[in-house]
Amino acid sequence: MIRSLAIAGLAAGALALTVSVAREASALPPPMVNDAAILGVDQPGSADRPLPRTLAEYGFFLDGAGREPDSRLIAYDLNTPLWSDGADKLRYIYLPEGALVMADGDGLLQFPVGTAIIKTFAFGEGEDQRYIETRLLLHRADGWVALPYRWNAEQTEATLALAGARLPITTPAGEDISYRIPNMNQCKACHSLDDAVIPIGPKARNLSPDLLQRLADEGRLDLTPAVDHPLPRWNDKSADTAALARGYLDVNCAHCHQPGGGASNSGLDLRWEQEDAFAIGVRKPPVAAGRGAAGLLVSIEPGKPDASILVHRMNSNEPGVAMPELGRSSVDHKAMVIMRDWIEGMDQ
Amino acid sequence: MIRLTIAALALASAAPLLAETHRITPGEGAQERLQEALILAQPGDEIVLEAGRYVLTDGLSLDVDGVILRGEGMDGTVLDFTTQEGSGEGLLVTSDNVTLRDFALENPKGDGIKSKGADNIVYYRIRVTWTNGPDAGNGAYGIYPVESTGVLVDGVKVTGASDAGIYVGQSNRITVRNSIAEANVAGIEIENSRNALVEHNIATRNTGGILVFDLPGLPVMGGGNVIVANNLVVANDTPNFAPPGNIVAGVRRGTGIMVMANEKVLIEDNILQHNPTAPIMVIAYTLPFDDDRYNPMPRGVVVGTNNYGVGGDDPQLDGAEMLVAAFGGALPPVMWDGLGSLYATAGTAGWSLNLTEQGKGLAAAQPSPLNVPEAETAFDRSGIGAPPELDDRIG
Repeated sequence: MIRSLAIAGLAAGALALTVSVAREASALPPPMVNDAAILGVDQPGSADRPLPRTLAEYGFFLDGAGREPDSRLIAYDLNTPLWSDGADKLRYIYLPEGALVMADGDGLLQFPVGTAIIKTFAFGEGEDQRYIETRLLLHRADGWVALPYRWNAEQTEATLALAGARLPITTPAGEDISYRIPNMNQCKACHSLDDAVIPIGPKARNLSPDLLQRLADEGRLDLTPAVDHPLPRWNDKSADTAALARGYLDVNCAHCHQPGGGASNSGLDLRWEQEDAFAIGVRKPPVAAGRGAAGLLVSIEPGKPDASILVHRMNSNEPGVAMPELGRSSVDHKAMVIMRDWIEGMDQ
Repeated sequence: MIRLTIAALALASAAPLLAETHRITPGEGAQERLQEALILAQPGDEIVLEAGRYVLTDGLSLDVDGVILRGEGMDGTVLDFTTQEGSGEGLLVTSDNVTLRDFALENPKGDGIKSKGADNIVYYRIRVTWTNGPDAGNGAYGIYPVESTGVLVDGVKVTGASDAGIYVGQSNRITVRNSIAEANVAGIEIENSRNALVEHNIATRNTGGILVFDLPGLPVMGGGNVIVANNLVVANDTPNFAPPGNIVAGVRRGTGIMVMANEKVLIEDNILQHNPTAPIMVIAYTLPFDDDRYNPMPRGVVVGTNNYGVGGDDPQLDGAEMLVAAFGGALPPVMWDGLGSLYATAGTAGWSLNLTEQGKGLAAAQPSPLNVPEAETAFDRSGIGAPPELDDRIG
C-alpha cells in the first residue's frame, strides 16, 4: 500500500510537470478523461453496447503506455489483495467531476455512475516490469460493466480482449505458467452478486484508513466509515493467522462463496463477517465438489489441513479441482502456509 | 451474420425483430471467436456451431438472455475440452431462456454444461462424453442445471460422469426425458428440487440409475413432487467410482431407482432389470445432520406398478449372502429402510430394514418382507414438469 501510494504521489508530481510542459509546447488542451467512454454513450459503431476497443480511448493515462495516470485518478491499495499468480497490481479509481462516493458501513463503497475502477496487472521488477492486462469496471447508468484490455508486446497499447487470452508468464515464484486473461463473462463470474455486476475490492474494511480519511476530507466520500474489524495487511508478519486466513478467503473466495454469489449452491460462505463455523466449511461435507473433493470428507477438518478439501483445492492447478476456478494458474504458496497453520491450530 | 430483415419472418419465429444468426466454424481461433459470439450476442440471437471438432483450452460462458446455441448434431459438432487449461466447466450459462441444442462436449475437466440461476433453459440433443469411460478423474456432472426455475432436458446423452450424468439441483419445474445416461456414478439425479418429471429415459451401466435426493445444509431444500415414470433402468452394475466424500460415493453398485428423503415421489411404469442391489430403494438420509430446516425422512413415496425383471440378486450390502438366502435367491425388488412413509401397489414385493431411527446406521436392522399400504388418493400431478412453453423451442 505504502509503495503504491508513494508511486501515486510521485506520479502526480511528475504529472503536473509533464502536463504543463506539454501544454506549453504544443498548446493542446489538457488531456481529458473520456466520460462518454466510461458511460458507454455516443460510441460510434455499436449503439447497443459500446465497448471501446482500446484503453487509450478512455484517457485515463497521459501516455499510450499507461504509465502516467491522469491527475484525477486516485491510486489505492488493499490490505489483503486478490492473488493473481503473483502479479503486481496498479489500482486506480476515477470519479467523475463533482460526484460523491457513499460509505456503506465497513462494506463496499457505493460509487456513483460514471466511476471507473482501473487495475493493471504487471509482472517483473523495475525496468523489466511488463504490463499484461488492464481490467476496467465501469459504472454505467444500467449497472457496472467489466472489461479486460490486453497490452501488446511493445507495451504501447492495450486493446479489448473480450474473449480473453492466454500467454506464457514466469511468475515471481519462478514458475512458468500459461497465464489467463479472463474473458468478459469471466470478469462477471467473480464480479457478480444476485445477477448484478459489482466491484469486489474497495470495501472500507479492506482499504487504508488514511485513504478513506483523505477522500472524506476532499469531499469525495460522504463520511469516513467506521471500520471496527479491518482486514489485516497481508504482509503484516505480526497479524493473527486466523485473521489472515479469513481475510484471504474473503478476498479470494467469497465473491462466489456467499449467498447470491456464483457458488451459492455449495452452501459454503467464506465472507469475513460469517461467524458460523459450518458455513465457512468446518466439518461441512461437499455438495458438488465432484473429484475436487479428492476423497476428503469435509471442507475444513480442524487440526488436519491434509484432510481439508479447502486446502486440497487451493493447492491444485488442475481445472475442475483448482479453487478459485478463475484468476490463477499457479498455487499461492504463501497462502497455503497460512491456511495450513490456521486449520492446524483449530480446536479439534 | 444474417440479419433477418423480413419482418414477417421475424414475427413468425417469435424472436425479437433484429435477431441475428452468427455462424462459427471450427479451426484456428475457435476459442476466441466462439466466446466473442457468446458475449456479443443480443437476446434472441442464434449462434450456430458448424459441424467439426472445436479444440478448446478454456471454459465457455453465456450470460445473454434468450440465446439459441445450436450445433449441427451431437455427433457432428464436438466441443473438445481434452486440452482444457482453466475453468470449472466446459460451458457455463447464467442467463434465462437459453436453448442449447445439437452439439457435444468431450472430456471437460470439471462439469460439462452448468447452468446456474438460468430460468427456462432447454437442453436438447446434447451429448457429454468422457471418452475414457468410468474414471474417478472425470468431471463431476455432465448436464448440470442448478438454482433454476424451468428446466427441460430432452434427448441428451451423458457417459462417464464421476458424479451424476444428468444432475438437476436446487431447482423447480423440471423435465428430464428421452435421454440416455450410461456409465456414470449416478445416471440421473434430482437433488433438492421440486416438481420434477423424469420419464422415458434409459439409465444403464451406471452405479445407480435414477436418484431422487434431498440433502441438508444447502441453500434450497425441501425436495419433492417428483415423478419417475416409464424409464428403462437396466444393468446399473458399474462399481462406484465417485471420489469418496461425495454423497453419491455412498450409492451401492446395482441400485436402480433410489429415493433418499423427499416428500411425494411417484415411481411407476418403469422397466427394471439387472440392478443387482436394489431395483428400487427408498431410504431416509443416512448421516447425522444439524439443520432445523431439513426433514430427513422420505414422506409419501408411492411405488406404483413397475415391470421388475431380475434384480436384487447380488446386493452390495452387509450380510448380502444371508439376506439373499433368506429371501430365496434374490432380494425382492423394493427395498425400504422402514423410515418415513411408503405406499405401494398391492402385490408389490419388497423388504424393509425396519429401522426406527434416522442416522444411526444399519446395525438395528430387522429385515422382513415389505408390508405397506396402497396410496389412499391419486398422486397429485399438478405443476410437475417443465413449463409446457419450453416445448415450443425444440423440434
